[in-house]
Amino acid sequence: MKIGELAGLVNGNVVSCHDKLDRDIEYAFASDLMSDVLTVRADKLLMITGLANMQAVRTAEMADIQAILFVRNKTVSEDMIRLAEDNGIVLIESPYTMFRASGLLYSNGVKPVY
Amino acid sequence: MHFEYRVQGGDFVRAGQASSQVKKILKQLNVSPGIIKRVVVALYEGEVNIVAHAFQGKIYVDIETNKIRVVLDDVGPGIPDIEMAMRPGFSTASPIVREMGFGAGMGLPNIKANTDKMKISSVVGVGTRLEFEVALKE
Repeated sequence: MKIGELAGLVNGNVVSCHDKLDRDIEYAFASDLMSDVLTVRADKLLMITGLANMQAVRTAEMADIQAILFVRNKTVSEDMIRLAEDNGIVLIESPYTMFRASGLLYSNGVKPVY
Repeated sequence: MHFEYRVQGGDFVRAGQASSQVKKILKQLNVSPGIIKRVVVALYEGEVNIVAHAFQGKIYVDIETNKIRVVLDDVGPGIPDIEMAMRPGFSTASPIVREMGFGAGMGLPNIKANTDKMKISSVVGVGTRLEFEVALKE
């Protein structure tokens, strides 16, 4: 699924890398635990998290994650946007809960990692 | 090629800067993305460990034709029981570290899983040294 389409499904607001919305996402992983995210080997991966800090973006950078979906109206800071822009990571803010966002994406074909 | 980076304990805003630099260098050297990911995930976990547990640290990176060798040296409380620290799920991290999304006792096992060789030595009250190597060719 394209990142742009996925953002629409979760009523998302894209805040970085608007030029990369046609990238393809195959898998998603939902966690607030960055160490757990760092164990995932899948490519074309979306991270779904409620943890809105610099380390979430750093984790995406290290793990080659294409996009991060921040749930429950978590606000992304300017520093996070700058880091994401530098590394080509799409950041999306969604008002939905992690459960609702995950459910919507799963039922529309985004695959779980395990 | 040899590179060195300083890491400040407790500085979660900058945590990951050294790993980010190393990632850029490996990309420029055309190392395959799969290997870069293994190296930088291990390095980032190690860098976060210094920020989370130590007062300060240094990271030494040596890139050779066939392998990358990383040493993370910190000044800090040290690890009293390394075998325990290696056990998945064991952690002594503070609530602040946990709020940052770390401290679940997964870091050291994940470093081991991503590297070809790994060694930890530690002196309580002095500091910890973590060394690892990853082959740069598959």
